[in-house]
Amino acid sequence: MKIINCPLNGPRNSSEFVHGGELRQMPDPNNCTDKEWADYVFYSDNQIGVITEWWLHAPSGYWFIAERHTGSDEILRTYDPSEIFTHRVDFAEKVESGQPEEIKA
Amino acid sequence: MPFSLLKYGLNKDYPFEKNADLPAPSALKPHYDVVIIGGGGHGIATAYYLAKYHGITNVAVLEKGYLGGGNTARNTAVIRSNYLTSEGVKFYSESVKLFQELSNEFDFNIMYSRRGQLTLAHSDAAVRGFRQRTEVNKHFGGKTELIDPQQIRELVPTLNMNPADQPVLAGLWHMDGATARHDAVAWGYAKGATQRGVELHQLTEVTGVNVEHGKVTSVDTNRGKVSCGCVVQAVAGMSSVVAAMAGIRMPITTYPLQAMVTQPVKPFLDPLVSSPALHCYVQQTGRGELVFGGGSDPYPLYSTRSTMDLKESLLAHAVELFPFMANMRLMRQWGGLTDMTSDYSPIMGLSPVDNYYLDAGWGTWGFKSTPICGKTMAELVATGRVPELIEPFSMARFDSFRQVNEMGATAASH
Ligand SMILES: Cc1cc2nc3c(=O)[nH]c(=O)nc-3n(C[C@H](O)[C@H](O)[C@H](O)COP(=O)(O)OP(=O)(O)OC[C@H]3O[C@@H](n4cnc5c(N)ncnc54)[C@H](O)[C@@H]3O)c2cc1C
Repeated sequence: MKIINCPLNGPRNSSEFVHGGELRQMPDPNNCTDKEWADYVFYSDNQIGVITEWWLHAPSGYWFIAERHTGSDEILRTYDPSEIFTHRVDFAEKVESGQPEEIKA
Repeated sequence: MPFSLLKYGLNKDYPFEKNADLPAPSALKPHYDVVIIGGGGHGIATAYYLAKYHGITNVAVLEKGYLGGGNTARNTAVIRSNYLTSEGVKFYSESVKLFQELSNEFDFNIMYSRRGQLTLAHSDAAVRGFRQRTEVNKHFGGKTELIDPQQIRELVPTLNMNPADQPVLAGLWHMDGATARHDAVAWGYAKGATQRGVELHQLTEVTGVNVEHGKVTSVDTNRGKVSCGCVVQAVAGMSSVVAAMAGIRMPITTYPLQAMVTQPVKPFLDPLVSSPALHCYVQQTGRGELVFGGGSDPYPLYSTRSTMDLKESLLAHAVELFPFMANMRLMRQWGGLTDMTSDYSPIMGLSPVDNYYLDAGWGTWGFKSTPICGKTMAELVATGRVPELIEPFSMARFDSFRQVNEMGATAASH
């Protein structure tokens, strides 16, 4: 992988991008157990196959999502996060209300 | 020096032909008391100490490729103990001590070469960090000092003291820093283990792990099923993949790590030189080649390809440190799969599955620990108790947020 197709800026050199980690569901920090939180922050499947992950196009400050094969390094698809995140996630509000958060991935 | 070398030197027959280092391949037995997955330095050292100290010899080391062909063959062989935490320093110091005796113990030259390692500070924060490491190291009997730019100039006259406009302010001078020939370490352990009855099976890949009532009972391989009393997993970059066969999820991410060497030149550089700020370390081998390494690749991947990006960034910094190297040619480049943990410390000891022991999370820094890993893992298998030295490295530390943070002392130096 040398060129990454940025959904906003088109094909750009991979050196312009920063890896943001695998997309995963965050447990509610106010109500989950320590084990669930540890699992979320430290553990990972780390298998060989297609994963869904965050990338940042650094010069334009734009975050997007890629599906990439961790064995062949091939990027199958990149897309804007709005495809998955259909409504706003408000962290501040969540802390006050203690409501479980809704991230659908 | 092992005296038998002298005898071989004067012998007119080549002695190894009748006295081969490793026995010929044999059939797999249906059962072993201990199955070790991974024939790298860690796996084979564990087998060696099991046989040597605990008399346990019904042991099979299963290696999918060839002996020491994984990261053991790919590392840049930096051996040191100047870590930051007391847990880390105690553990790695034991390893350095074992390394110093290995050639004699094996009667097999591992070319241990104590050169000292010099790590450069380019900021006040780094100097403060070095001060702390110096004190922790001294406390546990290590030979480490903080030195000033004048002393650095004397040690390494060819070093540019203002690389990339980041002046060298001080150095962490670790006199115990050393290198050794990594293949010889694997071969020395393999020879000693197989002579004591351990079986090494190369081209034997573990494809499944069978767990009954929470306890491991057998492994599947490309050469059939093998039942076992217990399993030690030591597969470096493949840690998460093999652990998943036993239903274990790990706090590990696999990243490629690359290194490269130049054509050989006259000896000019004795110490190992490392600059964490420039993400680069350089050393000259006994053959005169310069070895370069840096940090892991920027995103997770299971591939050992080399990239132009890494070469450009790494060599730009190496040439800043030693400007005359700009005219040298690269000879070889390669990569390995490193099993990174978030605190840059290993994962050793028990797992959620009974009788299934982990030696993982060795990332970019596990060659230097080969002897002590073998020794402590063997003790764990033989006694069923976690040795005190590796207690802090249990996988369960992540569940209780008790990480052993060695990031600052590891990142670009290994
Ligand atoms: C470029 C590079 C530079 C490094 N530099 C340093 C350094 O300077 N100093 C330092 O201390 N460390 C360094 N390291 C790290 C060090 O090399 C490793 O941590 C160490 O070698 C790990 O040893 P090991 O025996 O656990 O793993 P390995 O030597 O990788 O052995 C694991 C073995 O398991 C086998 N295996 C995997 N899956 C299976 C399966 N399913 N069945 C059977 N066998 C399997 C593999 O084929 C492999 O041979 C470096 C690593 C790299 C890649």
